[in-house]
Order: sequence, then C-alpha cells, then structure tokens
Amino acid sequence: MPPSPCHHCKTQSAKIRRPKDGSKLCVSCFTTAFETEIHHTITASSLFQRGERIAIGASGGKDSTVLASVLKTLNERHDYGLDLVLLSIDEGIRGYRDDSLETVKRNAVQYGMPLTILGYDELYGWTMDQVVEQVGKKGNCTYCGVFRRQALDRGAARLGVRHVVTGHNADDIAETVLMNLLRGDLPRLARTTSIVTSTPSAVASTDPNSRPHIKRSKPLKYAYEKEIVLYAHHKKLDYFSTECIYSPEAFRGTARSLIKSLERTRPSAILDIVRSGEDMAKLVPGNEEGCGGVCQGSVAVAEEEEGGCGSSKPGATGGYMEKMEEQLTLDREAVEKELEVEITSSSCASPGMNGAVPLPKSDKKTNNNTNNNHKKASKGQLLPSRRTGKQVVGFCKRPGCGAMTSQEICQACQLVEQLNKNRPKHAVEVVYEGEEKRDDGMLLHVTNGIAKSVLVD
Amino acid sequence: MSAEVEEASPEYVPITVEFSGGLEMLFSNERKLSLSIPRRDKDGQKANVAFLIDYLCQDCLKDPRKDLFVLDGSVRPGILVLINDADWELEGEEKYELQDNDNILFVSTLHGG
Repeated sequence: MPPSPCHHCKTQSAKIRRPKDGSKLCVSCFTTAFETEIHHTITASSLFQRGERIAIGASGGKDSTVLASVLKTLNERHDYGLDLVLLSIDEGIRGYRDDSLETVKRNAVQYGMPLTILGYDELYGWTMDQVVEQVGKKGNCTYCGVFRRQALDRGAARLGVRHVVTGHNADDIAETVLMNLLRGDLPRLARTTSIVTSTPSAVASTDPNSRPHIKRSKPLKYAYEKEIVLYAHHKKLDYFSTECIYSPEAFRGTARSLIKSLERTRPSAILDIVRSGEDMAKLVPGNEEGCGGVCQGSVAVAEEEEGGCGSSKPGATGGYMEKMEEQLTLDREAVEKELEVEITSSSCASPGMNGAVPLPKSDKKTNNNTNNNHKKASKGQLLPSRRTGKQVVGFCKRPGCGAMTSQEICQACQLVEQLNKNRPKHAVEVVYEGEEKRDDGMLLHVTNGIAKSVLVD
Repeated sequence: MSAEVEEASPEYVPITVEFSGGLEMLFSNERKLSLSIPRRDKDGQKANVAFLIDYLCQDCLKDPRKDLFVLDGSVRPGILVLINDADWELEGEEKYELQDNDNILFVSTLHGG
C-alpha cells in the first residue's frame, strides 16, 4: 500500500487516521489539530479564567499526563494566564500506585509544576490495602471511588485551589453514558456528560470553615482515547500504564469492551454517544444543562461517580452502596414537589394538560429495586422520574469534613465509620481534625491529622 | 507447529516488535522483541500482520489471559497497532506484509493510570 500524504499539509506522509472523521494526518498536523481542538473546547465553554489556579488531577497515566502536557502548551501558546499545579492521590495500593507516583514526580519536573501527593491514609486513616484486608476484594472499588472523588476536593481545598481538571476522555464519557442508559439512570447521565461539575457553593452556609466551592472540569471530554495515546506516543510523553490490582472490571469493563468494539466498526460512534448523552441530558427534567453546563453558578452538581477506574459503580458492587443510593433517591424525591420543573412526567399527567398523553411513570422500576421504606414516598403520589430535580444539599456533620452531601454525614465518612467499627480498639488512627467522643466509647483525639483513639470508659 | 513452518520456509524476516501501554505485562514485561519471522506461512503466503499476531500468541505470549491481546481472531479492540509509527489502518491492517526491519508497535489504550 503506497503511503498516503497528509490530508492537511499534503507533503508529509500520513501517520494517523483520525477516528472522528477518518482524515489522515502526519504527526505534526495531528498534534497541532489535537491541541487546537482542546483549545477550542476550553474557549467554547469558557473553562478557565485568567489568573486562575488550576490543580490537575494527576495519576501518572496517559490521560492526566497528556492533559498536563497539553495545558502547559496551550497556557503558554495562548497566554491563558493559568497557574497550573499537579495534585495526586495515593490510594495506598502497594505495587500499583508506587510506580505511577514516580511517573508523576518526573512529570512535575518535566513540566515545571509543583506537585502535591495526598494519601488515603492521611485523609481517611485507611490505605486501600487495609480496606481490602478488611472488606475483601469484592466491593472495595466502592470505597476507593468515593474516597478518590472527595480526596481531590479535599486536596484542592488544602492547596487553596478552586478548580480541579481531570483527564476524563471521550471514551470514558461514552462508557458512562452507556452505563447510565443500561441502568435507566438519565439524571445521572446528565451530570456525567457535563464538561463542568461543581460541588455546590457554600454561599448559603454562614460557617466560615465550610468547604469552598470547587469546580471540576474535563478539558479532554471530546478527545478520543486513541488520539490521547497517539499524542503521548508521538510526543514521547512519559506515562505509566497499569491496571489496579484489585479491580474486578465488572460493569464498566463490559461497557468499555462494547465501546471499543463499536469504535472498530464505526469510529465516530464514541463522539456520537457523547453527543447523544448531551442531547438526552437536555431533556432530563431538573437538569441544568440547558446552558450546556457552562453557565456560571448553574453548573451541574458533582457526583460521586465519574468513572475512570475499575467499577466504582454502585450497580456493580451492590449492597451497602445500593442502600445509600436509595436513601438519596428518597431525599431527592421528597423535595421534588416543590422544586419541580417544567417537563416532569407528573406535570404531563396533570388534568390541565390539553390532550396530553401522560408519560409512563418510572415508579415501577424504582419500586422494583428498592427497599420497603421506599414505599411511603411513592405511595399514591405521581412522582416524576426518579432522581430528577435538585438535591437538598447540606454539608457533612463530621468534624473537619464538611463535604457536600444530602445526608447527615457524607458517603466517605459513612464508609470510614463502617471500617472503623470493625477496627481493633487502641489502634492509632488518622481521621479528622478535632476531638470527638464516639458511640463506642472511644475518645478520638486528633492533632496534625494523627488521631489517637483511647477507650475512655 | 512452528517447527514445521521453519522447515518449510528457511527464510526469515527480521523485525522489531514493541509493546506498551500496559501490554508488556502480558509479554513477561518485555517491551521490545527482536524477532525473525518466517517469510512465508505454511500455505506459502507472505507473512503479514495477521500471521505475526498468531506467531506472537503461540511463541511469545506466556500469560494465560490471551484474550487481553487477541479477541475473536483479531487484536483486541482498544489495542492500537503502529507499523513503522503509522496507524495500521493506513497500512492495510492485518493484511500488511512484513518487510525487513519493520517496527510493529502494539499499544494498549485499555489500561488506566
């Protein structure tokens, strides 16, 4: 087969066939196109503001390495005026994170960005190795996922950074869209397709210690995983590939295989799924995506679930997380009636609608997979589809936490408490700042992040 | 079986095969192999990438999880193949006939960081 010339410059020989449109490009035209498109994504959705300090969630893997490299390039090329820093989370998995953290350390030097590494042990008192020792390999992804999400927020708060960018790419988003479709969870689909999410502003809270508003964004949202890998390859970027040794690769793994198989027969499918996800998101009642998710002050609420690893999905792990999910559902549905927005199924079903055909309600499904305590909420009411509308957002009551949650205490703290319950007494723990008398009679005394629990009675 | 092929075809194509993106883990952590591949397969056809993939599975892939490299008779979707740094989609994919000193790179996009 004779080498075909680059579609763009017509001089160099083509090395890359772009999945989005099948165009054939040489290496230099490809890298330029790749960077330009990310620049376009950034400017089109006004992701950054001049002078903003941005923490790049860095794992040492291909996505975050490419993200750091491209942001550095664009920041210099287009004079964004950004102050870029690297933030890494150490889950405490020996033989997995150790090597990739070494990569992040090299990246910090290569890109001239300051690096902060925060460990789960430091944040929660538990490394993932210890969690697995206690809960086993099944279901540990739930802990890891919940911890990681909050870890980036906590890390950002510590650094005084209000904006965290992550390396989620088009394939990740497409996977998540598919998974939410397969679970019938359109409201979550809406949140995960949004390019910007945010933990809600603590404006309503008068507590000066409350968690600051942390913005999350995904500048690589429209970038194919294939192109990210090719970009890293041709730019000779230093990244580390590994698979979490605990990952069971359940539901997400299946969705991923499906996406990759689709890509082989129809490469545009991945971006098409992302776009379909966005379009569906606009139709979800109560969703704030009408503005494309970029309007200041109305960005989608950040979710615990964004994928990127194993199967941090409640659907895949079941049990405890399922119950927590249902509790959230209840909370949200309870306020629905007051916060209802235009196109809910219940408003369609109201008698005033001229000739409107009521949409089938999704109550059946909700009831099917819920506990008995759910019935009081759905009984006799015309509820809109589950988990539409706004959450009642509060802040975690645990000392030193204050993470956004719709419950008394946040998911991460609930999980930590579950773990701590089964931990032998007199152990040295790392939990929250402050002092706390616990139900089990232990006095938690915390200084500088180190907690000693003492049996007081 | 490979012995038969060797007898039938004494000529070999010298090539370099590389693995990255986590794929090296399946190949005993070898990132780079210098191989001599029979110039023709047992049917007398010129050795192409499909033949190479078969060869790798039989002679180099010691890991039992072969399906992480090959699925349904082809390279698993999500693994990129670069022939002399060019996307194999531009080179005829599995039908590309190996030339002396070719560099074939398999990169997984499936692994995380």
